[in-house]
Amino acid sequence: MTFVIDILLLAMLAATAITITRLRSLFAAAMLTGVYSFLSACWMTALDAVDVAFTEAAVGAGISTVIMLAALALTTREEKRPKHSRILPLFVVCATGAVLIYGTLDMPRFGDPAAPVHQTVAPRYLQSYEETHIPNVVTSVLASFRGYDTLGETAVVFTAGIGVMLLLVRSKRLKQDRKSKNNESEEPAQDNPKKKDPKNHIAENCIL
Amino acid sequence: MKRHSVLRVVAKLFLPYILLFALYVQFHGDFGPGGGFQAGVIFAAAFILYALIFGLRTAHKVASADLLRILMAAGLLLYASVGIVTMLKGGAYLDYNFLRHDPVHGQHLGILLVELGVGVTVAAVMVTIFFGFADRKNR
Repeated sequence: MTFVIDILLLAMLAATAITITRLRSLFAAAMLTGVYSFLSACWMTALDAVDVAFTEAAVGAGISTVIMLAALALTTREEKRPKHSRILPLFVVCATGAVLIYGTLDMPRFGDPAAPVHQTVAPRYLQSYEETHIPNVVTSVLASFRGYDTLGETAVVFTAGIGVMLLLVRSKRLKQDRKSKNNESEEPAQDNPKKKDPKNHIAENCIL
Repeated sequence: MKRHSVLRVVAKLFLPYILLFALYVQFHGDFGPGGGFQAGVIFAAAFILYALIFGLRTAHKVASADLLRILMAAGLLLYASVGIVTMLKGGAYLDYNFLRHDPVHGQHLGILLVELGVGVTVAAVMVTIFFGFADRKNR
């Protein structure tokens, strides 16, 4: 039964991915990436990785879709037709995919207790209840055993926030400076948009 | 969206439950799926819903850019300072066993504080990113 569900979910994932590549409407593509994340969350649940599924559903299907739509509001809704042929990109994608599938052939079977991953630290993590008294192993691994990694991850999220703030959020002081500059030099009104333009373009190009 | 009374009423009905669910995910992460990251994102999602329905200006009144900036840093600092405290108490960096006399209690407290730090930072960053995009459109 689970086999059928897995095949069904993966088939839906593939169908969504192919639809996204064929769409020209960016709005529909953004919504479909949300669907893709939600389907990913579904099969992660089928693989018993509930924590990852939860994150995928909240981040992938929730927040990133909203942010993608907010970004779309700043630009057009239609993708431009590509000028070059699509054969080379298709070839690159197929070759990479084939190499990745070839790489998985060596992997141990899913859930195999004799797999090397389950031999080193995993047994200690699974018996961590005596040390931490926390029923959810994922939480104790993430926050306690791998506390350094999570600290690094939080720093990455923080850095991402700072990056977006630097690129997109213009501070009040900067605005006041610009206003006072414009008032001092008393430039004609036509020059103002020109002055602002280059910076806006750089910021938008970086994000989009 | 000021004229859509159905949306406004439904959003008002849902918002407290979304926020409560975020807090549940935050503090129940030890027992069930979830933790700081997911809770932060859900909290931010509730806030973004509020901003979408009631307008950006109202949302800015609830959480100003300055407050978000402080929270962003405060979460990460909380996380990092837990490590400093464990060092001052004689352990290694982020070794929660030293937070309390009983190592198990120390682990509980350490994980709670650390997850809280993650949640605060993630929620503030997500709302900041959303405001970053949405505010530009309004100018």
